Amino acid sequence: MSRLTAENVTLAYDQRVIAENLSVAIPDHSFTVIVGPNACGKSTLLRALSRMLRPTAGSVLLDGSAISSLPAKKVARTLGLLPQSSIAPDGITVSDLVARGRYPHQGLLRQWSADDERIVEESMAATGVGELAERYVDELSGGQRQRVWIAMALAQQTPLLLLDEPTTYLDIQHQIEVLDLCAELHEEQGRTLVAVLHDLNHAARYASHLIAMKNGAIIAEGAPSEIVTAELVERVFGLGCQVIDDPETGTPLVIPAARKPRRATADDPVDGSDGSDGGAERGAGGGPARRAAATTAVS
Amino acid sequence: MNAIVKPGAGTEAGAPGEGAKTGGQGAPVHRRVRSVRTAGGLSLRLDLRAVLVGLLLLAVALAAGIALIGSGDYPMTPGEVLGALTGGGNAGQEFIVRELRLPRVLVGLLVGASFGIAGAVFQTVTRNPLGSPDVLGFAQGSSVGALVVIVFFQGGTFAVAAGAVVGGVATGVAFFLLAWKRGIQGYRFVLVGIGGSAMLYAVVLYLLTKANIVEATRATTWMNGSLNGRDWDQVWPLAAVCAVLIPLALFYGRPLRMLEMGDDAAYALGVRVDRVRVIALLAAVLLVAAATAAAGPIAFVALTAPQLARRLTRSPGPNLLPSAFMGAVLLVTADWAAQRLFGADQLPVGVLTGVLGGGYLLWLLTVERRSGRI
Repeated sequence: MSRLTAENVTLAYDQRVIAENLSVAIPDHSFTVIVGPNACGKSTLLRALSRMLRPTAGSVLLDGSAISSLPAKKVARTLGLLPQSSIAPDGITVSDLVARGRYPHQGLLRQWSADDERIVEESMAATGVGELAERYVDELSGGQRQRVWIAMALAQQTPLLLLDEPTTYLDIQHQIEVLDLCAELHEEQGRTLVAVLHDLNHAARYASHLIAMKNGAIIAEGAPSEIVTAELVERVFGLGCQVIDDPETGTPLVIPAARKPRRATADDPVDGSDGSDGGAERGAGGGPARRAAATTAVS
Repeated sequence: MNAIVKPGAGTEAGAPGEGAKTGGQGAPVHRRVRSVRTAGGLSLRLDLRAVLVGLLLLAVALAAGIALIGSGDYPMTPGEVLGALTGGGNAGQEFIVRELRLPRVLVGLLVGASFGIAGAVFQTVTRNPLGSPDVLGFAQGSSVGALVVIVFFQGGTFAVAAGAVVGGVATGVAFFLLAWKRGIQGYRFVLVGIGGSAMLYAVVLYLLTKANIVEATRATTWMNGSLNGRDWDQVWPLAAVCAVLIPLALFYGRPLRMLEMGDDAAYALGVRVDRVRVIALLAAVLLVAAATAAAGPIAFVALTAPQLARRLTRSPGPNLLPSAFMGAVLLVTADWAAQRLFGADQLPVGVLTGVLGGGYLLWLLTVERRSGRI
């Protein structure tokens, strides 16, 4: 089942067409991640799904009706978006910013109900920014700030949440922090998450459903363990690589091919295979350190 | 001693000693927020400081107005002024207050409030303190309208005011069309406004060369902005415009606050970004045009009032009402100073608003930079 779908959409900025005849369905309760090289249209697709960009043909459907025909506030109660860049107003505190997430639930008279207050507190607790409530947002680190923005999106209380490159510009530990948080929201609160991510390994580790795009078209989609292969990476990113099991999670881990082959040293555990078996599918080998598919050989 | 415990890389720069103000231990309480809920389903989140500052500014504006009415060749105490306003004074006092001085003060209050709130809307929409109507060429647009009437038609006061309104609104419409690209973009609007301002100023200079000495003097006086000789004929149209447009602008205050976070964030929260922007800007353009028609293009109030109000309330958001009250305070205070400090009717109020408002803003910026708040 999919509450959010795009049907044969053509996406364009002015005259520049990014994608044509694109159809996608976001599985309910999934953590869907869209990956692809720069300019493949992944962010554009996310913008269309979140009604920031109106398709020039086809339509985006939310619960079966065209999203552009639904009242803006009603959509905002079902579908949240964490944009790539948001501006924290000068001198705003964390709790004030998170409170703004309640906007679609409020009206001229009902501006701050007891529910609003409770949900804002819960959202701050869920993202671990509760202690920062009275702090100014501009005083926070990048990772903290991103968690505050996520808290604001959570306070919106939407069953669907779209995130546009939520880890960009963050240090590695903050990237993982944010992704762990997303996974938690997905697993514990049952929200449907759709994220655009740059890092293929992050995508493969966290996604329950992966969509790989290139040149405005979807090349493959499905569970990362089923679709992430050296072949796919080569096809989508034009990058030679091996795909091994992530020693932490067992999900696919992409190791880009090196410019120079590894030099053998005394303590090198390499088992003698130099990857010349070419094109072998991931999973064909065995053992934790198997090296499959040195795709330099695929061609 | 820095009261703000700062984990991670922040940009906060509390100067030593300044932290003590915000409370010593743990997370400082920057703001007090009070929730108000009634049985009828009304619920509000009030920033106590912002409410207090707003009320205080309103009180100061009214008090300054009363003081201004009481000053002049025939001085009156505030008690006498209030008496005359409420029908308790003698006939002479009532005439002076109601016919001569009250309209001027009312025009001042309304013009100040209009500039203040319009400035707040402009600065929020453009996300730029310099995106104010007085910087973006609306003053020049109104001036062109007024000068055309003065120079080519030798029109009377009413015709000049009408010319100013037409000039201001036409400027607004032209800027909208030029800045339109899949909706109004704040940055484009500022650039178009600055370009337009330069062009319109050239037209003003051209019109002045076409004027004879009497017309040129009249034009220059008008362009300085002045409240001299304002009567009920100026009050009523402006009051009517304010009565409609200020509530409209306030109604859009909440979505405007969401716009501060960027178009995408506002969209995501269900704000109809383009609609809010167009309606709010249109209301602001009309307010500026009406206020300019009543008192001339008074400098700096629209730019300064929102900035001052924001620094006093320390509250994010467009601060619409505090800006309106601050505008009224600025204008009436400046009018008092213009009349009393430099001899009656010596200095047009527009000259003083620049000095007062600009000076105060510079002072605030300096103080805040020293305390590390900006």
